[in-house]
Amino acid sequence: MTTPDPMAEIRASFFIECEELLEALQDGLTQLDSGEADDETINVCFRAVHSMKGGAGAFGLEDLVRFAHRYETVMDEVRAGRLIPDHQAVLLFMRSADVLSDIVRYSRDGQPIDTGAVEPTLRELEGLVGGPPEELEEEVTDFQPLTLDLSSGDTSCDTSFVVAFRPEPELFRSGNEPLHLLRALGELGDVSTEPDVSKIPLLDELDPESACLSWQITLDSNRSVADIEEVFEFVEGLCNLEIEVQTGPSDAGSVGLPSVPGLPDLIPDLDGGDAPEQTPFPEMDTPRPRLTLTDPETGQTASCVATDPLSQAQPPRSSDAPVQSAAAPKKTTVRVDLERIERLVNLVGELVINQAMLSQSVARAGLPSTSAVVQGLEEFMQLTRDIQDGVMMIRAQPVKSLFQRMARIVRESSAAVEKSVRFATDGEATEVDKTVIERLADPLTHMIRNAVDHGVEDSERRLAAGKPAEGCITLSAAHRSGRVVIEVTDDGGGIDRDRVKAIAIERGLIDPDVALSDSEIDDLLFLPGFSTAGQVSNLSGRGVGMDVVRKAIADLGGRVSISSTPGEGTCFSISLPLTLAVLDGMVVNAAGEALVMPISAIAETMAYREEDVRPLGPETQVLHIRDSFVPLLDLGVELGFRPPKPSYEGSVVLLIASENETRGALIVDTIHEQRQVVIKGLQESYGHVPGIAAATILGDGQVALILDPVDMMANAVGRTRPAVSELQAAG
Amino acid sequence: MSLSILAVDDSRTIRDMLSLALTQAGFSPNLAEDGVHGLEVLSGMHPDAIITDINMPRMDGFGFIEAVRGQAAHRATPILVLTTESAPELKARARAAGATGWIVKPFDPEKLVRALHMVAGPGAAR
Amino acid sequence: MTERGAQIADATERELLSFRVGGQEYCVDIMSVREIRGWTRPTPVPRSELWIRGVINLRGTVLPIVDLAGRLGIAVEDASERNVIIVVHVRRQTVGLLVDAVSDILAIPESEMRPQPDVTSNTNETFIKALTIIDDRMLRVLDLEAVLPDSTRDAA
Repeated sequence: MTTPDPMAEIRASFFIECEELLEALQDGLTQLDSGEADDETINVCFRAVHSMKGGAGAFGLEDLVRFAHRYETVMDEVRAGRLIPDHQAVLLFMRSADVLSDIVRYSRDGQPIDTGAVEPTLRELEGLVGGPPEELEEEVTDFQPLTLDLSSGDTSCDTSFVVAFRPEPELFRSGNEPLHLLRALGELGDVSTEPDVSKIPLLDELDPESACLSWQITLDSNRSVADIEEVFEFVEGLCNLEIEVQTGPSDAGSVGLPSVPGLPDLIPDLDGGDAPEQTPFPEMDTPRPRLTLTDPETGQTASCVATDPLSQAQPPRSSDAPVQSAAAPKKTTVRVDLERIERLVNLVGELVINQAMLSQSVARAGLPSTSAVVQGLEEFMQLTRDIQDGVMMIRAQPVKSLFQRMARIVRESSAAVEKSVRFATDGEATEVDKTVIERLADPLTHMIRNAVDHGVEDSERRLAAGKPAEGCITLSAAHRSGRVVIEVTDDGGGIDRDRVKAIAIERGLIDPDVALSDSEIDDLLFLPGFSTAGQVSNLSGRGVGMDVVRKAIADLGGRVSISSTPGEGTCFSISLPLTLAVLDGMVVNAAGEALVMPISAIAETMAYREEDVRPLGPETQVLHIRDSFVPLLDLGVELGFRPPKPSYEGSVVLLIASENETRGALIVDTIHEQRQVVIKGLQESYGHVPGIAAATILGDGQVALILDPVDMMANAVGRTRPAVSELQAAG
Repeated sequence: MSLSILAVDDSRTIRDMLSLALTQAGFSPNLAEDGVHGLEVLSGMHPDAIITDINMPRMDGFGFIEAVRGQAAHRATPILVLTTESAPELKARARAAGATGWIVKPFDPEKLVRALHMVAGPGAAR
Repeated sequence: MTERGAQIADATERELLSFRVGGQEYCVDIMSVREIRGWTRPTPVPRSELWIRGVINLRGTVLPIVDLAGRLGIAVEDASERNVIIVVHVRRQTVGLLVDAVSDILAIPESEMRPQPDVTSNTNETFIKALTIIDDRMLRVLDLEAVLPDSTRDAA
């Protein structure tokens, strides 16, 4: 195997770091916008931009450096309290973060940067601080790039320098060591050094931490004065340095280092020579409380953080920092090939199945529970479960990054249709399988655009309806009964059901005479070929209908549903399985087949009682339970495994609920056991099967299907519409 | 014996680059993510020199330098500050906090090595 | 051996796995065959095509089983212990083909492959890529892409 280029590796890792920094920046800006920000929030934003600039510089990503530099300059003003950003400014910061994110992506992919988007944003940023910042090039004056001269050891030098180096007593305090400096100087050419010991005090007056020696060095070198100055750069102001050129070009003359512009003297010149014009200590630009001390001997003021070193180990101002920023540890990541994880996930799945098979064999062997085998097996089961949990965690990711991308969609799409829309999120920390997150981006983008375009009304109509001019779209995620529920909610006008129905009739999608419940009308939006043409705009009228969204979600084993209240808004709810997670299931038997019902869907199990069942139409039955009626289906019939049985005496009824609502009841023949199963996707190998969520492998090695009872109920509802519409309307 | 260096920077990229440059030059680097972490790492080593960033979460470079200087064992340990700014006041502040010298980011590995030798001596790396 | 080596060197030669389905002889390109397994009872999948028997556990992955006889329009018999499953890989999809028995591995020069005569009246004919005669037996080379349409993804 060839060793990868370390710089290429670091470059790749830099772009990953950029993603993390952009996320932190977005977070901070969101807090800033909501007014929850404190000093640390702004510091985080500043540091995020600053770090991107630093790394970008290392890879010569000029565009990134340039943008980040200006952005950082503005953030620094905010940090210093010189600029108090209003709502408009925060929006600009957010747009700038978007631009920055684009530049990062283009830089990573080596694509040309679209200056059309960059320049206006830069201008706006500059507008906040009154003009472009000092260009970065000024730094060049500080560090002249040195060319490595291989002939430096050559004695045929053309210049002889006399360097007088007189350290100030304080030189040691900075950690500098004259010995190293002299040695470094010696590497520039031939040196002869003469120490001046005249300032050495008597032994009892000697302060070992005070420099008292000085040197006169004669250096024969082909280097320039600047090269010599560079050696003493760090002790600038801590010594008296004179460099005299003895031969060669005379223009160098004598250079006294303290007079080199650009660095303020830290120590009042004892000779009273160059009186520093600058204040010894420029104003601190951080609002951090500091103690100013004055050294009685030198008159020098020094500042330090007003805490002792031990208490500095605490994060500054943690007391008033918002919990999320204080508690969130810095995220670090390891890059692992996704294929390796897939393989691990599969192996663990096999391990679990194997262990289940082993357990079954041991149980059959009838060993006493005290036997070493049984006890060892129990430990093995626990370990297996722990490994499994750990492996599943590898692929789980918070939905936050996805939500942040949606924030941008809201910003851009609301700007496109000139609506004022606020974006709020909830449950960003909810973890979902990485592949699910990736595949959610497209449908979610479409739903968000749809909400901006069709959901939220324009300001005039909102004001007329007595609502705030600014609309609001909320994106939330939560784990609910073993599934992930993601909701896109707007506070718009709600679905205009009369229009929807009219359009559906016009398109021939439904029969004009059919009576539909509200939710059935809402569902029409998902029909292929349904597009509210009257409202097609440049935003969501892109030939992508909600049917595509539903298909994309169904491909993930999920469902989309709508609830809408006229005048108050619409909520699209996506319910997704935690694909790779294990599932607590109940193994049931119907028509001779073992099937797994997610425990989370079962509200109750009960024995079948003939007297509770009422026929409702030729093929439909309902179960009377606690003053309400729910549809009752035979699982075996529903799956097409058998015709209806003449009698269900002795069967078991599972009451199915989701999102705290009873959906129906299913008849099964027997309940076998309750156990954890490994979810095996059926989608990839087989395709989506209505009513089936996935498959698993049971202890006997046989594949068993995992049911999606809510989907199954929904399908049944379609078949038995008249009866169930009533039930739905009641629920 | 090669010089041991403690490098503190909150940017993983810069840490990676420092680590690469230092290792290639024959130093043995130890890395830390911020000032607090830096002090923790420092408690387990005695570096020949320290390199630190200024803008960092939890404890910034100034706080870190002061804390290091507050420890008797490290009063004279050379400390180089990494800065993207060459603004004189930043250098002044760094020195006031007790820094020995400074390196402007993006750093040139050769320059970094030279600066380290200037403050910490040759070690065996030369 | 040398003769056979020479044959293999012939780039146009193809290796085929032949098997029996419903009393007829078919074969598939051996390159698409992953393994051959004994009979395992498949778990039925609701709302599937009649010629899909269900799914089995192939070392931890869920493998759809195609009843090849049913697919080819030959009378479907109840599968039993005597049947075998040929695991094939088609279009990035792994599928098991339920057949009566595997017969042989044959190396057939491309030149001896005959195109399907144009008598497409029977449904199963469209699944045949080519014909060849070996020892007076007619062998039908299956076009797996046609046998296993992409629609298995949307088995609903």
